Amino acid sequence: MPEPDQNVIARREVIAAALRAIVPGEGVIVDPASLRAYESDGLTAYRQPPMIAVLPETTEQVTKVLRYCHDNRIKVVPRGAGTSLSGGALPLADGILLGMGKFNRILDVDFANRCVVAQPGVTNLGITHAVAHAGFYYAPDPSSQIACSVGGNVAENSGGVHCLKYGLTTNNVLGLEMVLIDGTILRVGGKHLDAGGYDILGLMTGSEGLLGVVTEVTLRILKSPETARALLLGFPSSEQAGDCVAAIIGAGIIAGGMEMMDRPAIHAAEDFVHAGYPLDVEALLIVDLDGPKAEVDYLIEQVSALAKASGAETSRASNSEEERLAFWAGRKAAFPAVGRLSPDYYCMDGTIPRRKLPVVLGRIREMSVQYDLRVANVFHAGDGNLHPLILYDANNPGELQRAEEFGAEILKLCVEVGGVLTGEHGVGVEKRDLMETMFTEIDLKQQQRVKCAFDPDALLNPGKMFPVLHRCAELGRMHVHHGQLPFPDLPRF
Amino acid sequence: MSTTFRPESVEQVAEAVAWAAAEKTPLEVLGRGSKRDFGRPMQTGHGLELSALSGITLYEPEELVLSVRAGTPMAEIEAALRDKNQQMAFEPADLAPLYGGAVGAGSIGGAIACNLSGPRRIKAGAARDHILGFQAVSGRGEAYKSGGRVVKNVTGYDLSKLLAGSHGTLSVFTDVTIKVLPAPAKTRTVLLHGLDDASAANAMQRAMNSAHEVSAAAHLTAPVAAVARVPGVADAGSAVTALRVEGPGVSVDYRCAALRRELADLGETGELHTLNSGLLWAMVRDVHPLLGKPEATIWRLSVPPAAGPRIAAQIDLGNRALYYFDWAGGLIWLALTLTGDTAADAGAARVRGALAADGGHATLMRAPAALRAAVPVFQPQDAASAALTARVKDSFDPNRVLNPGRMYAGI
Repeated sequence: MPEPDQNVIARREVIAAALRAIVPGEGVIVDPASLRAYESDGLTAYRQPPMIAVLPETTEQVTKVLRYCHDNRIKVVPRGAGTSLSGGALPLADGILLGMGKFNRILDVDFANRCVVAQPGVTNLGITHAVAHAGFYYAPDPSSQIACSVGGNVAENSGGVHCLKYGLTTNNVLGLEMVLIDGTILRVGGKHLDAGGYDILGLMTGSEGLLGVVTEVTLRILKSPETARALLLGFPSSEQAGDCVAAIIGAGIIAGGMEMMDRPAIHAAEDFVHAGYPLDVEALLIVDLDGPKAEVDYLIEQVSALAKASGAETSRASNSEEERLAFWAGRKAAFPAVGRLSPDYYCMDGTIPRRKLPVVLGRIREMSVQYDLRVANVFHAGDGNLHPLILYDANNPGELQRAEEFGAEILKLCVEVGGVLTGEHGVGVEKRDLMETMFTEIDLKQQQRVKCAFDPDALLNPGKMFPVLHRCAELGRMHVHHGQLPFPDLPRF
Repeated sequence: MSTTFRPESVEQVAEAVAWAAAEKTPLEVLGRGSKRDFGRPMQTGHGLELSALSGITLYEPEELVLSVRAGTPMAEIEAALRDKNQQMAFEPADLAPLYGGAVGAGSIGGAIACNLSGPRRIKAGAARDHILGFQAVSGRGEAYKSGGRVVKNVTGYDLSKLLAGSHGTLSVFTDVTIKVLPAPAKTRTVLLHGLDDASAANAMQRAMNSAHEVSAAAHLTAPVAAVARVPGVADAGSAVTALRVEGPGVSVDYRCAALRRELADLGETGELHTLNSGLLWAMVRDVHPLLGKPEATIWRLSVPPAAGPRIAAQIDLGNRALYYFDWAGGLIWLALTLTGDTAADAGAARVRGALAADGGHATLMRAPAALRAAVPVFQPQDAASAALTARVKDSFDPNRVLNPGRMYAGI
C-alpha cells in the first residue's frame, strides 16, 4: 500500500472536526475501538484501521466530504457492506473510510418500467424482497447476497451462479447517481436503455471504488421464472463432467446455472449438510433449468440424455422445489463446509475457458502436493469461473504465505490457459501485483489514464487494482516522432 | 491531399495513428464505411479504414466465443455463426440501408463502436453487453488490450464497455472478442391489431411483465404497419402490436398460447411463424418502414418504456411524422418531414423537449450534413458530464485525432 502520509495523520483532529461539521452526530468515528469494525473486509488476511470513518446519510454530505478530502489531499476508501473478497474496502492508515451503510432506502419500485431505484447500501437480496410480492426478482445473486450492498455490487460488478443466462451486475444496471472526488455529482442513465454518450455506467461497474462514489442505483428487475428444476449428475472424472457441460451448450441449451464440485468439495459439503450427494464420484454437476414449465420438463430430458452420453454415473432430476433446494444446499454451503475441514481457507477466483478445466484441475492437484496444502474446487461451469479453496492454518508459521503463493500460482495458470485473474471478486489489494501477468505496461498505463480522468490526484481508493502507481502528469506525456508521412508499405487509396 | 490508409496489421494501424498524433492531423476512423453519415460531419484530413483487417481468428462454438478482426464484415460473421446454429444475441441492426448503402455492408468494429442492438435489446442487451475483450490502438498510437475471452471477468476497468458506443473517438479497434449464443430453435410472433399507442404500450407491458419470456415487443402505428412487407401486418389495415417468443418448440407453442389467452381482452390475436417473424423483426430492427422517404429526417429516442406513448404524443407533429415503437415502448423511431418550425433544428426542440419529464435521450440518426453540423446529433450533456467526457477523450486521445467532432464538437 502507499506509504501513509504522517502529515495527514498529524492533522487527524482537525480533519475530524471538519468532517463533523459536514456529517453531524454519530456519523464521524475516531475512537480506536469503533474503528476496528472497519479494519478489514471479507479478505480478513489484511487488516488496517482507517484514520477516521465517516458515515454520511445524504448525497449532499457525500459531496461535501469528498470535496473536503479533495481540497485537503486526503485519501478516501469507499465501503458498502464490507463483504469484498479481494480487499477492495481495505482502509488506509492516513485515509477516510466512507461507509455507505446509511444509504439503505429503496426509493422507487417501478413495475411499469421493470426497475427499482435504490440507495447503494440496500442489500442485493433487499431488491428482490422489495419486488417479490409481484413475482419479480433481481437476477445477479452473489453468494453474499443476504449481506452485500448493491453499491458494492456495482463497484465489483458482482456475479453469482446465474451469470451465463442473466448476466452480471453490469448487464442489470440502468442508471447511477455518483459523486466524483471533487464533489461533482453525475447522473448517468435512468429508466431507459443505453445511457447516451460514453458508457460511464459500464466503466463505473467493476471499477472497485477508484472512480467515484455511487449514491443511487437504478436496477433492472425480471419476472421470476414460472418454474425451475435441477439435475444432480455424478461423473467418474472431471473430463467427463466438462464434456457434459460442452455438450449441453453445444445443443443450444443455456441453463440458469451449472455448478461443478470436485471430490474434496463434494465430501465436505455432504458431511456438512447431508444433501444426498453421491460420494463415489470425482465430479458433481448441478444443472439448474428455469423457465416455462413445458420448456423445463423438455430440457430436463435433453440434459439427462446428454449427461448419460457423457458418462454420468448418477443422474437425479428434482421433482419438487424442496428437492431442488436440497441439491443446491450442498453447493451453497460449500465454502463454510470446506471451512470446517481446516482453521482457515483462502478462496480464489480465476476464470478459464471451460474446456481447459481438466488441465487446470490436474495442475492444481500437482501444486497441492508441491505446496503441501489441501484444496477443494467449486466451479461455475457455465461461465468458466473457478473457485479453488486452499486450506491452511494461519497459526502454523509460514502457512498463510504458502497459501498465498499457491493461490497466485493458480491465477497465473488461469491466465496461461487463456483465462483471467478474477471472475467476480475483483483485483483489490489481493491480485494487484498479478496484474502484470495478464496486462502489459501499456495496457495498465491506459487503464490508469482513465483513472486520471476521474481522480487526477489518486485520492480515491489508492493502492487497489494497480501494481505501480504512476503520476497522472507522467502518464499524460506523449513521446512523438515528427516526420514525413511514414510507412511506405502502408496500403492507401 | 487527403489519403485513406488501409492498414493490414495492428502495427500499421499504430503507425498511422502515431503519425497523425505527431502531426496533430485528425483521422476519420472507419470500419468499412457503411455508417459514415452517423454522427456529426467532421473535418478530417485523412481516413483510416479497417477493411483489410478482416477475418475470424477464433471461433469455439462450445465455449460461446468468437474473436475477429475489427474490419470483418458482419455478413461473414453471421454466416459462420449460422453454420453452428448460433447468433449474436444482441441482434445488431444493419444501418447501412439507412445511409443509402447495401445490406450487410457494415463491419463488426463499426457495429460495436456504434453499440448497435436490435429488438432483443430488452432481453439480451446491446453490443456493450456482448463484447468480452478487444485489442485497439489508442490516439497515442499505442496498441493495447483490455478484457479477455471469458464471460466472467472483472480484471481491471471494463474498457470494452467504454469503447462500445464511443464511435471511434477513443481508440481504433483492431480485434474484438464477443460472446455468441445458441440461436433459438423456433420463433413465433403474437400479433394484436388496431390498438392505439397507449393501449399498445399497456399490452406490451403486460406481456413483458408475464413469465413468458417475450424477447421483443414492438408497436407499429397504422401507416408504418401498412408499409411493412409482411403478410398479416401490411394487410391488417390497422396498427399492429407484435410480441416475439423464442426457444425450444414445445416452450414456444406453450407460451404463445398463454400470451394469446391472457391478452384476449384486447381483441382477436394473430400469429407469425418463423419465416415471417424473421422478416418482421429484421424490418423493425433496421428501421425499414421509415426508409420510404429518402428526404425524411430520422430520430431515435431511448425512453422509459411506459413513457413512450406520452412522449410520442407530446412531440405531436401530426402528418409530418411517421413513427413506431420497439423495446416495449422504450425505443421510438421517428421520421420527420421538415417544414416550418422544424426546418431549422430538424425538430430537435420538439423531440428533446418531450424527454424532459421522464428522461431518456434522442439521437439525430439521419439528416443532411448541414443540419447535423448545426443541431447536436447526440443528446446534449450537462456541464459535469461534458467535462468528464472531454477528460475521458483526452485519456485515450490527447491530441484529438480520432474522429474528432463525431459525437460532440471538439471531442
